Amino acid sequence: MSARPPVQAAAKEQVARLLTLVPFLHARGQVRLEDAARALGVDPEQLVRDLKVLLMCGLPGGYPDDLIDVDLDALEGEEGDGVIRVSNADYLARPLRLSPTEATAIIVALRALRNGAGDDTREVVDRALSKLEAAAAEGSAAAQIDPGDEPPAPDLSRLEARLREAAEQRRQVHLSYYVPSRDEQSERTVDPRGVVTAHGFAYLDAWCHSAEAPRLFRLDRIHEAEVLDRPIETPPEAPRDLGDGLFSRSADTTTVTLHLGPAARWVVEYYPVEEVRPQDDGSLEVDLLVADERWLQRLLLRLAPHARVVSPQEFTESFLTAARATLSLYS
Amino acid sequence: MSGMAARKSERLLNLLIMLLVQRHYVSKERIRAILYPDSSHEGFEKMFERDKEELRSLGVPIEVGNMDPLFDDEPGYRIPPDRFALPDVNLEADEAAVIGLATRVWGHARLAEATTEAVRKLTALGVPLDVSALDIAEPRLSADEPSFDVFWEATQERCPVEFEYRRAGQATAATRHVQPWGVVRYSGRWYAVGLDTDRGEERVFRLSRVQGTARRAGKPGSYDVPPGTDVRATARRLAPAPVTERAVVLVRAGAGLALRRNADAVEAGVPGPDDRTGWDRVTVSRSGPGLADELLGYGADVVVEEPAELRARIIERLAAVEGAVDGAVSGEEQG
Repeated sequence: MSARPPVQAAAKEQVARLLTLVPFLHARGQVRLEDAARALGVDPEQLVRDLKVLLMCGLPGGYPDDLIDVDLDALEGEEGDGVIRVSNADYLARPLRLSPTEATAIIVALRALRNGAGDDTREVVDRALSKLEAAAAEGSAAAQIDPGDEPPAPDLSRLEARLREAAEQRRQVHLSYYVPSRDEQSERTVDPRGVVTAHGFAYLDAWCHSAEAPRLFRLDRIHEAEVLDRPIETPPEAPRDLGDGLFSRSADTTTVTLHLGPAARWVVEYYPVEEVRPQDDGSLEVDLLVADERWLQRLLLRLAPHARVVSPQEFTESFLTAARATLSLYS
Repeated sequence: MSGMAARKSERLLNLLIMLLVQRHYVSKERIRAILYPDSSHEGFEKMFERDKEELRSLGVPIEVGNMDPLFDDEPGYRIPPDRFALPDVNLEADEAAVIGLATRVWGHARLAEATTEAVRKLTALGVPLDVSALDIAEPRLSADEPSFDVFWEATQERCPVEFEYRRAGQATAATRHVQPWGVVRYSGRWYAVGLDTDRGEERVFRLSRVQGTARRAGKPGSYDVPPGTDVRATARRLAPAPVTERAVVLVRAGAGLALRRNADAVEAGVPGPDDRTGWDRVTVSRSGPGLADELLGYGADVVVEEPAELRARIIERLAAVEGAVDGAVSGEEQG
């Protein structure tokens, strides 16, 4: 975003929120403050501040009847029931049309979804797309942005459906799972909690009876999954929300600082990094939490020679040793 | 939010309502008298310009017209309700459900936000949601290239851009001038398609090869995309075809499970570079780039036999590790 003074950006965003809030309320009659805040992705206190702005707006006559009416007592008063009531705003009853960027973003996203849909669902996506394309017309560049037609790994949707079902039915699953950091195939029994998506990958969140701890299993690394007839042994739990950071911090992680040349910059998009410090020459210095040194070695080798360890020093030595040992096999 | 911002929000929204509810154009004088009563002439002009721009940037269509057909020197303003409001979309429950899923597709903060905002508008009037029946694998569209946003916006606004571009196999970048026609994802990468105005020909540019950020170099709406342009077909015609790399590698017994799992062939118990373990010969194919990276990740458990070019590339990269680490250390000492 450009360096716009915060006052202006804040006012513009507030107007945008109000233009969606009024139709939302108008269509539903009375809505509880918390429910409206959740549906619109706004903090409840901000929503009250937005409503106070609305109270000062209305038809250009200057009479009290011209203003939009908001029952603030219901929201702030001691006796308030927490329900939003807005009236006298019929001219804002319809939402603002989609901006060109919004129209393009949602249409391109739907086209990408279409690639991963089964036949029945594809028909639904096509219906939704044709309605959106008709509604979006003006200024959208959707026809010029093409997400390609590569389907996401097709067999994972079936696996995902089976694992979700097992979690719902609270049945144990036997997994044959590939652990890349150890280059190992492992067999384990888990209590599935659900399937979650983060950083472009789907994960099974489950209690692992081998590790005796909750673990995430990337679906594309599950070699075989057999849903067992046995019920889960641990208390059922909802899958973790991975929205804010992929892996919760465990006690035995080390913060490692890496220097990434331009060819290795993609790392920050694929792994949860703690901090990124861009350097003048286009390279990056990043801090990341490493739980398993073998994982780090493998990553450094993959990136060779575009990444090096800034600290701690001992990882530089083990990386050099690994690179030399590999190189010696070629002589 | 500060009181100043709240007052400005009120002014913007009151301006919007005023222009929306009038059937005819509203004169500047009337707008000034009602909404900007305390401003000087100059202050009003400046503020009014900015407010109009901000409403327009939200997508509010403000039309300018003449108040009186006989005098063309007095402009008036209005917001036509049918262009202001979202048309009736009438989504079915299953359509609303796939639209809800669309919010999870973009791995790009600004576009994810724009998609979410679009969904809020589309569902503001109340749509039943039903996600239960969908058979769908959720894809994820990432766009990490720093110049992606510039090309996206330039395509949308038909605005020429210039940028430094390094062609495959070339060490240095050259400045290019392009009228973007579209942005296309093809075999896992984003490309810009457009008219190269220096060469007078259509070209594709891999966004990951754009050095630094692209810049706007002209006015919005300053060209038209040739009618009938199919950006996907153009990208496929001009972009290099995805390559399948095939390699024969020696893998230590018991290691390289992911390589063995989808190998073309495995020959067990062959002579290897050391006697510490047994070795197997594994043939693998990979489409797209990254085979060298993948093989390097196995360290001293995998040795490339063929092709010679891949073997040489791996040796070169491993040999360069020493220099990269040493160079950095001595650099730090000097600096």
